[in-house]
Amino acid sequence: MSRRPYIRKVERNWWIRQPRYISYMIRELTSLFVGLYCALLAVGLVRLAQGPAAWDGFVAAFSSPLGVTFQLACLAFAIYHSVTWFALTPKAMPLRMKGEPVPGIVIVGAHYAAWAVVSIVVLIGAGM
Amino acid sequence: MSETITLEVLRYHPETDSEPHFQRYVVPYRDDWVVLDALNHIKDNLDATLSYRWSCHMAVCGSCGMTINGEPKLSCHSFLRDYRGKVVRVEPLDHFPIERDLVIVMDSFMEKLGSVKPWLIPKVEKPLSAGEYLQSPGQMQVFHQYTQCINCLLCYAACPQIGLNEDFVGPAALALAHRYNLDSRDGGRDARAEVVASNEGIWECTFVGACSEVCPKHVDPAAAIQQTKISASVGWLKDLLTPGAHR
Amino acid sequence: MVEFRARAVVIATGGAGRIFPFTTNGAIKTGDGMAMAYRAGVPLKDMEFMQYHPTGLPGTGILITEGSRGEGGILVNKDGYRYLQDYNLGPPDPWPRKKAMELGPRDRLSQAFWHEQQKGRTIKTPHGDVVHLDIRQLGEKLINERLPMVRELALAYVGVDPVHAMIPVRPVVHYTMGGIHTDIDTATPLPALFAAGECACVSINGANRLGSNSLAEIVVFGARAGRAAANFAKTNPKPGLAGKAGEAAQARLRELFGREGGGDSVSSLRKAMNDTMESDAGIYRSEDRLRQTCDTLADLRARYRRMPLQDRSNVFNTDLVQALELGCMLDVASALAQSALQRKESRGSHQRLEYTARDDANYLKHSLASYQGDAPPTISYRDVVITKSQPAERVYGGAAT
Repeated sequence: MSRRPYIRKVERNWWIRQPRYISYMIRELTSLFVGLYCALLAVGLVRLAQGPAAWDGFVAAFSSPLGVTFQLACLAFAIYHSVTWFALTPKAMPLRMKGEPVPGIVIVGAHYAAWAVVSIVVLIGAGM
Repeated sequence: MSETITLEVLRYHPETDSEPHFQRYVVPYRDDWVVLDALNHIKDNLDATLSYRWSCHMAVCGSCGMTINGEPKLSCHSFLRDYRGKVVRVEPLDHFPIERDLVIVMDSFMEKLGSVKPWLIPKVEKPLSAGEYLQSPGQMQVFHQYTQCINCLLCYAACPQIGLNEDFVGPAALALAHRYNLDSRDGGRDARAEVVASNEGIWECTFVGACSEVCPKHVDPAAAIQQTKISASVGWLKDLLTPGAHR
Repeated sequence: MVEFRARAVVIATGGAGRIFPFTTNGAIKTGDGMAMAYRAGVPLKDMEFMQYHPTGLPGTGILITEGSRGEGGILVNKDGYRYLQDYNLGPPDPWPRKKAMELGPRDRLSQAFWHEQQKGRTIKTPHGDVVHLDIRQLGEKLINERLPMVRELALAYVGVDPVHAMIPVRPVVHYTMGGIHTDIDTATPLPALFAAGECACVSINGANRLGSNSLAEIVVFGARAGRAAANFAKTNPKPGLAGKAGEAAQARLRELFGREGGGDSVSSLRKAMNDTMESDAGIYRSEDRLRQTCDTLADLRARYRRMPLQDRSNVFNTDLVQALELGCMLDVASALAQSALQRKESRGSHQRLEYTARDDANYLKHSLASYQGDAPPTISYRDVVITKSQPAERVYGGAAT
């Protein structure tokens, strides 16, 4: 017997071989932007603590074309992440009521509803 | 001349080849043929040395998994009509060592499968004379889809995490662990947790979801793993909040 | 080559449906375990009883479940006529009705197909003659609910949506009722050898297995085999090395690898075996054609002994595996044909054209085929053990209700 199993290496570009891997990698990438945005908000808090001048500078930077572009990118990635995650929630959190499975669309809908409620609360809070 | 179709099959012979290479075969095109029929035609008429596994020819035994034009598939359920006018490229399943041609070495999977204790571990053992462990159809429905796994390993070939970390327990084994954890007659969750909830278990999964997309029996292992993550987290939280109390 | 030493051995290798061309059996069902026991001197019992399931898909032999008729599906010939009423299974109405028409037993339904084929009332397809299974009247909802697998299989493998069209079906070999002769404790006449499941013949299936009784073979006799073998192993010493027998096995393999020349291959001999079994030892059998089959099988076995391998390598050599399986199938097939030739009556799945009646006076007996090396097997008989259920006339259709 002369067995000699051949082991194939995983290539560095494995993730461009399949559309499903590409969309997965984009979803992973979104976390980078969401993380960066959170870090910037933390910087904003520090600036706020340093006084009005520092805060105004921070707001100005945030309102610059570069700042707006960055925030729009963050928003796009956050939406991509949320939408793809919500689509998966019926799988990750299947519910049963009275022994019958709750339809996926109800679970997804509940997530969108919760998202809307939280957004409205935040917007109202921001308006006051 | 009647219509033909070309198959490009990965060949690897450990006694003579240093690495795999592709070999082309031209076979008759038949509308109702699957890729496995084409391979059998090659084996019977063109080249008896071609090696591959198969048995049932009806997507039940799970032995004929292959990579067909880049996608993990059961060759008995991949119709030539879907590749008409193209070359059909047939390779062994990804992420496993190649024993020969289209045959993979699956020892690692067999070990992983056993490690999750995929059998009923009754809450309380009772003698045969005490009768059956009863279950209602509703209780069965809770885990039924996870019993459909045929161990064809398409999910392991599709999962990039398996490619990056060969110790990852992987989709099929974790889905089967979940199947028993959900069974109303079973009390083995803690016994399985050591493997299931380890770093090489559910936490190695990053929810790519490819396993569920390629699953020919709609088992949805990705869902099983996410549900296990949630129940493991809830269990951990309970332990944290009520120290000393045994779950 | 690896030698295994064991105090007790249980054979659980399944049936031998692959000796026929159209079968629901997987590629591994080549009767290997039966052949091993048979060559070791254990008789194969009741091998002439091979069950045809009446509804398999043409070409692939994929099984369309009995449930499709249980739910109300009907069988029609090329004229759209429910032909079963012509074969003592009618009248068709009222419908549905137990033990009648499409709810009749597997052997009778498969035999009715054969008669329709003789009368030219079946439908021709590239994969041979078929009749139609019609479940359209059940409606899409019920089909999806109760028979989802039927719809999926028909759509994929014959391109027919049973909601809108009829499914082409034909009888396909489904179950080997005969097998390794065992007693009720699964013990064979050879000490330390046990057998259970389809490869064994503990005789719960008689001449026509009823659906789901294979589960009893697995669950009941699988457990009994485990216990019997464990008991035997506990009370007997471990055997020594095989010695001469091991050397002989090694020599056989060397000889096989060393054969030269062209001519026959695994696939050519296997096809010749499949053809003779289907045409001459299938649903209906006759003296002439069974003799023809026995001669053909003897010729094939002789050619098999000279057949060279096309792959002489040592790693995962599936040409070698298929060659060994073919040898097993040829031995089992000759036991089947010889047993069929000598049973001069019709009973269950064994139907003789010249002996159409059941003959309890002479043949209420088990056949035992004993291996004779290169020569055909000898057939002997053994009385049937009858306990609670007495043999009686089988009655179906109007007469049964």
